[in-house]
Amino acid sequence: MATPTLKVKRNILEVSSLKTRFHTQDGTIHAVNGVSFNLKEGELLGIVGESGCGKSVTVMSLLKLIPMPPGEIAEGEALFAGRDLITMETDEIRDIRGHQIGFIFQDPMTSLNPVLTVGHQIAEPLRTHLGLSREEAEERAAQLLDNIGIPKAASRLDDYPHQFSGGMRQRVMIAIALACVPQILIADEPTTALDVTIQAQIIDLVKKLRQELGMSIIWITHDLGIIAGIADRVMVMYGGYLVERAPVKDLYATPKHPYTQGLLNSLPRLEEHRVERLTNIKGQPPNLLREPTSCPFSPRCPYVFERCVEENPTLLPISNTHEVACWWDVERGGARND
Amino acid sequence: MTDEKKVLIEVENLMKYFPIMRGVIRRKVGDVKAVDGVSFKIYKGETLGLVGESGSGKTTTGHAILQLYPVTAGRILLEGKDLAKLNGEELRKIRPRMQMIFQDPQACLNPRMTVGSIISEPLVEHNIGRGKERQERVDELLELVGLDPTHASRYPHEFSGGQRQRIGIARALALNPEFIVCDEPIAALDVSIQAQVVNLLEDLQAELGLTYLFISHDLSMIRHISQRVAVMYLGHIVELAGRKEIYENPLHPYTQALLSAVPTPNPVLEEQRERVILTGDVPSPADPPPGCTFHTRCPIAVDRCHQEVPEWLELRPEHWVTCHLAEG
Repeated sequence: MATPTLKVKRNILEVSSLKTRFHTQDGTIHAVNGVSFNLKEGELLGIVGESGCGKSVTVMSLLKLIPMPPGEIAEGEALFAGRDLITMETDEIRDIRGHQIGFIFQDPMTSLNPVLTVGHQIAEPLRTHLGLSREEAEERAAQLLDNIGIPKAASRLDDYPHQFSGGMRQRVMIAIALACVPQILIADEPTTALDVTIQAQIIDLVKKLRQELGMSIIWITHDLGIIAGIADRVMVMYGGYLVERAPVKDLYATPKHPYTQGLLNSLPRLEEHRVERLTNIKGQPPNLLREPTSCPFSPRCPYVFERCVEENPTLLPISNTHEVACWWDVERGGARND
Repeated sequence: MTDEKKVLIEVENLMKYFPIMRGVIRRKVGDVKAVDGVSFKIYKGETLGLVGESGSGKTTTGHAILQLYPVTAGRILLEGKDLAKLNGEELRKIRPRMQMIFQDPQACLNPRMTVGSIISEPLVEHNIGRGKERQERVDELLELVGLDPTHASRYPHEFSGGQRQRIGIARALALNPEFIVCDEPIAALDVSIQAQVVNLLEDLQAELGLTYLFISHDLSMIRHISQRVAVMYLGHIVELAGRKEIYENPLHPYTQALLSAVPTPNPVLEEQRERVILTGDVPSPADPPPGCTFHTRCPIAVDRCHQEVPEWLELRPEHWVTCHLAEG
């Protein structure tokens, strides 16, 4: 329901031609190859793709959370509140991380510090970024824990992460990420390590908090089911490239890129009749050690033709809101002539 | 219908408790009741799906059937023969008939062995064939799972995740088993590769007449691959029925909640969907709640559920459920 009104919203984050490389012993890994996107105020932008497609590295690069070296941001700009995150000094970006931009990661056990109490970890950003006193921060931490649905919140501030279950730990991570009321929340596979019933709880919580706080969210996942239920717009990544971008309903109703189509077709679906055989995408994910001069999906694509091997397509609009990087015109069954 | 089918595996009141040891002298202070009395049959040639959340005991059930560790109580019958009563040598002789495919193809392949030696290891172990014969069998198996036989001299790290899972499948097939426990075989794979592996498993089943116990937490994939489905919660099977029956007419509140929690890749449906969101977490299997183990999270639990353990009842034909409130 939120989709049609998005046009009037201003961009809160503008990323252009981001390129991230990792220089390893085996050679250079081309993890992100020129990704551009905007995040609008209050929207939930989904990034979908399989492992190694560059979805995590894209957002990690924005906040300099990739190890450098071996990582290197070869090119690109990321404007947040008029300032470029990429060229920013470490001190400045540290002030933005956990303050204006919050993070939730996949595995709450490895992202929480096991030797500090949960109360301490929630209070930390409040004290560093907002300058609250110890007492104020603790009081606020208890409120936050209560908000995210942890029973007897005040009494649990002195507990350590191992005393919480997986779902509860992820709630604590969310409390930390939201402590300073960020303008942007980045959620990197936040429910992948959780069971389905707990996943449903977390998604429900994020939906509720989003309504209350009105923040913009970038949600990264490999699960096309989750994205369908929460995102306003979706970007599909493959081999370090954006291959398709569209409002969520357009993408699922009329997927244009053969990769997106393949992904959607390969899922068994509970809401439909059972198919006798799953349609799979042949072949293996791309090797990122070579920077492709052809379309990265061409070795696996059922529609491949000469141009796909000669030239790498760029993301181009096919309607006001729908963009795709493919030479094949799926609708007319021929090559695209642009 | 199922009466005519031959039962291959029959599990009766299977229990597997893991002791909890504490203190300097490692005194036993309790038990983790990983599997607490499950019974089911697996018919020849079928796929039985075993679905549940982490800690529900589904993997332990699979391991116990294969006698990877001694069971606490219960019987596991392979065509009428009780596996739990066999001694080491007898068990070793019967092992080729039952194999396993593991979740993590990275962890279950020895990185220092070539693919050829990984796949021929079961043949060596059971003293089957000699040099060239074994070589031919390896080639044949590699081809069967869709890999290039010339890759037999390569090492596991040279393969992608999906290919490594194929190697694991080839190894499981080496001894011509009848029954394979597939323990989350696609959980570690990318979406586009999952379909490849599932299709391969289905092809092999048709070609070789295999029987599968397919363990997974993915309800959509379980529906796709299984003929019958068992739902586990905290060491118990709470519901067991044919695929169509259980997905169209789930009777246990846990099954209903599980099905409603699965996100669908369809934004229009997702918008209209009413979810049953379970509160709280799965209780610890070391201290399961009394009565119905699900009562702590059940949206419809009544007083009776707190005290009385519900019976295992066939409420509809071939549809078994353990719940005081479910009606057929």
